[in-house]
Amino acid sequence: MIPELGHFALAMALAFCAAQMVLPMLGASTRDARMMAAGQPLANAAMLSVLVAFICLATSYAVNDTSVANVVQNSHSDKPMIYKITGTWGNHEGSMVLWVLVLTLCGAAVAAFGRELPSVLQARVLGVLGAIATGFLLFILFTSNPFDRMWPPAPDGQGLNPLLQDFGLAVHPPLLYLGYVGTAVTFAFAVAALIEGRVDAAWGAWVRPWALASWAFLTCGIALGSWWAYYELGWGGYWFWDPVENSSLLPWLASTALLHSAIVVEKRGALKIWTVLLALLAFALSMLGTFLVRSGVLNSVHTFAADPARGVFILAMLGFYIGGAFALFAWRAPAMVPQGVFAPISREGALVLNNLLLCCIAAVVLVGTLYPLFLDLVAGRMISVGPPFFNLATLPLALPLIAAMALGPLLPWKRAALWPVIQRLWWAALIALGGFGVALALTGAKFWPALGFGLGLWLIAGAATDIVDRIGLFRQGARIALARAKNLPRSAWGAAIAHAGMGVTALGIAGMGLATETLVALNPGQSARFAGYEWRFDGVRDAPGPNFTARRADVSVLIEGQVAFVMTPARRTFPVGRMTTTEAAIRTNLMRDLYLVLGEERDGGAVLRIHHNPLAPWIWLGAYIMALGAGVSLSDRRVRVAAPNRRSAAAAA
Amino acid sequence: MRRLVFAALLAPGLALAAFLPSDRLADPAAEERAQSIGREVRCMVCQGQSIEDSDADLARDLRRIIRERLQAGDDDGSIRGYLQNRYGDFILLRPPFSLATGLLWSTPLLALLFGLFLIRRRRAVVVPAAPLTPEERARLDQLSG
Amino acid sequence: MSDLAPRPRRRLLLAAPLGVAALGGLGFWYMLSGLQNGSFNPRGVPSALLGRTPPDFALPPVEGMSHPGLSSADLRGLARPVLVNFWASWCVPCIIEHPQLMALQAEGVPIFGVSYKDRAEDARQFLSRRGDPFTRLGADPPGRVAIDWGVYGVPETYLLDRQGIIRWRYAGPVTAEIMNEDIKPLLRRHA
Repeated sequence: MIPELGHFALAMALAFCAAQMVLPMLGASTRDARMMAAGQPLANAAMLSVLVAFICLATSYAVNDTSVANVVQNSHSDKPMIYKITGTWGNHEGSMVLWVLVLTLCGAAVAAFGRELPSVLQARVLGVLGAIATGFLLFILFTSNPFDRMWPPAPDGQGLNPLLQDFGLAVHPPLLYLGYVGTAVTFAFAVAALIEGRVDAAWGAWVRPWALASWAFLTCGIALGSWWAYYELGWGGYWFWDPVENSSLLPWLASTALLHSAIVVEKRGALKIWTVLLALLAFALSMLGTFLVRSGVLNSVHTFAADPARGVFILAMLGFYIGGAFALFAWRAPAMVPQGVFAPISREGALVLNNLLLCCIAAVVLVGTLYPLFLDLVAGRMISVGPPFFNLATLPLALPLIAAMALGPLLPWKRAALWPVIQRLWWAALIALGGFGVALALTGAKFWPALGFGLGLWLIAGAATDIVDRIGLFRQGARIALARAKNLPRSAWGAAIAHAGMGVTALGIAGMGLATETLVALNPGQSARFAGYEWRFDGVRDAPGPNFTARRADVSVLIEGQVAFVMTPARRTFPVGRMTTTEAAIRTNLMRDLYLVLGEERDGGAVLRIHHNPLAPWIWLGAYIMALGAGVSLSDRRVRVAAPNRRSAAAAA
Repeated sequence: MRRLVFAALLAPGLALAAFLPSDRLADPAAEERAQSIGREVRCMVCQGQSIEDSDADLARDLRRIIRERLQAGDDDGSIRGYLQNRYGDFILLRPPFSLATGLLWSTPLLALLFGLFLIRRRRAVVVPAAPLTPEERARLDQLSG
Repeated sequence: MSDLAPRPRRRLLLAAPLGVAALGGLGFWYMLSGLQNGSFNPRGVPSALLGRTPPDFALPPVEGMSHPGLSSADLRGLARPVLVNFWASWCVPCIIEHPQLMALQAEGVPIFGVSYKDRAEDARQFLSRRGDPFTRLGADPPGRVAIDWGVYGVPETYLLDRQGIIRWRYAGPVTAEIMNEDIKPLLRRHA
């Protein structure tokens, strides 16, 4: 009954989305207010229908309804309830329903929060979102129906990949999808502007909050995925330049460029074509990621079960949406005349540099990811493009970007002199150089981590300089500065916080560059010394879980002879999937992680791998600070409703 | 079915092999060198990890081979070449420079040059504000006294 | 309004995203159709030894079996093309492909085996239970010779022509399809 309801809800959603695609667009072209207004209720109805479908699917998982083929393939009665529910989106079909749910939620959000948008723009945006949702719903209903039944019902499910039976990985897709799908909203704005044939400053203001929101979610989703890899895969690595990781990084890079570029459109009416293109690109890259992960052309740990037939459908959607958008761009963009003169050294100039470097990095990551595929296709040769390439190729682009990140916010618009700005940053430069020097000295001349420290400090100090400068802390005394700080627009705080967050991440990465590890074989009672602690191996015992067996080691960590804490790394074996996972024991004090892995057991003793990871938590902490910065900016009403531009927007409508 | 087969290929490897302290070289500098070479060698039966980050049997064998050859006096390039001879370019995580990979390695530079080219074109294309009409000029003179 | 830059070039540049996307889409289309007909295999790594002779090696016979061992000398100057099969008793896909090997042997195809990382006793048991298709069987318990061949998992099957040059390598279990569509035609071609 419930699966039928869910299936029906999906079909209803398709109907609503199809109407949402057609009516508002027609209304916008004919300037018919009633048809345009139809977009909002349709978007809400679509969202509710998909929500019903999603709840039905989750319920089927929760009760382990083995007459639903999807549940049988991906779940098992022994799974803990929370993982039964999160397993809803741990497979291809369920994750597509989640995708469409987030998309319709975005549509409802545009309907609800976009009331200040000119009705033509809002109608077109909803229309495009409806079109995208229609495509995905067709895809689900025709090739990936999660509600397909199985008769007679199977006795039990086939279980879930144990790697997915984990909190971090369970929560990572929804966050990531909020980011991925969020790029559809800015895409819709861009397409709407292209259809209208006009991009103006008001458009830049309307787009910005949506760009910020989707960027913030993407940042969190990527950070969560990286953190998961760190604690689950057992080697202390946090970024592997894996093709699927790259698929999430590419829209992030485009979104970062977009949200900076939109500022220029809003404030100066310049970079319109660039910004529209970036909005199209962010979604294009997001959909490219969807294609790569689900079509089978990629060979990666993240890919869902490959099905070339589905790949064809997704490719067709890519062709329609992205091809269509780029064709629209090729047709309409030539009529858009670049405006807004500015000198090369200026805030706009810095933002152009920012755009350039981010896009170059994106190009490198894109080419690196796709090259092996295309080389295999064209020449039949198999090569690997791995971390050594990506690190080498992106570093020369990332370094100037980081250096400029501190300078940019301090530059005035239109025309600026560089030297005074550099002078204002003198103490930031001093801190950075000092940090670099100290790091070099303390770590025994390891150049790259020291450089990372310097750059991280540069970013944080630069962000602080920005705020200090705006409130005139050293020019006008504390009381006036405090008053100005209270009145400082939140978007200024948000930008400073986000840039500082990037600095924190840079420091974390630099710290990890100094990570050390050791491998010891110990018998029960024996100890090893490492990282200033004594590690005493107390033994291994069986530790069964709900659907796995495990061997868990007890390792006491002593400081000066006293037991400070006990760490319990384990190895789990899942009978249903016949897989083993390592559960590293991690102990953090936010300044460093102690990371302990249980290796092979032999003759009563065990092999232990111990890592000391300085500043590791800062990698993800920095990412969350960046998202916090975006949140702070979004809390600024002026960013959300583009208040300064309401007059010009009303004129444009 | 294919996935089952693949898992079966991996499973014994995951169960049997391990990192042992005896696998590592006694000399820390040599071990460091072996690890940095190993980080660029792909574990052929894993999902893109290097052999330094893998428990697989094959990864362990390859780590051993690298350390043996290192102690025999081979330089980094020869060791990589040894593996490349047997497994092809695929085993190297850093793609070797060749005609086939020329486009790949020149991407950063090409992208940068293309971007700069677009920026310069934009500066040439930008429409400056329309010049003042005589009436506007007169009014401006009037206002500025 | 002052003159814009040459319009055709500008239009061309603005159409570039479409062009790049179209090329990419075409490539992906070919990949997808290649996936379906088997010509594109992102998981298959071509052997580095194709077109070359295998490196010098000499493997002793498996203890307790009557087969002679296998060495590189045995792979030169052959009367007909041969298959070299790397296998192990603990390898599940090897069980799946075994009937195909037996069928090939029944047709008179010489199959040389390499016992990879296996105990002699386990190898013997496997063959006595499922049949023995091998004319020669070398023992490679440490797996080093396999690495010299570029083997990265078992089972792997190599086809060598009469001069001993490796002409084909398949990583995975030999299915009936592969036997009929790849092995037999190749055996005929290099006969």
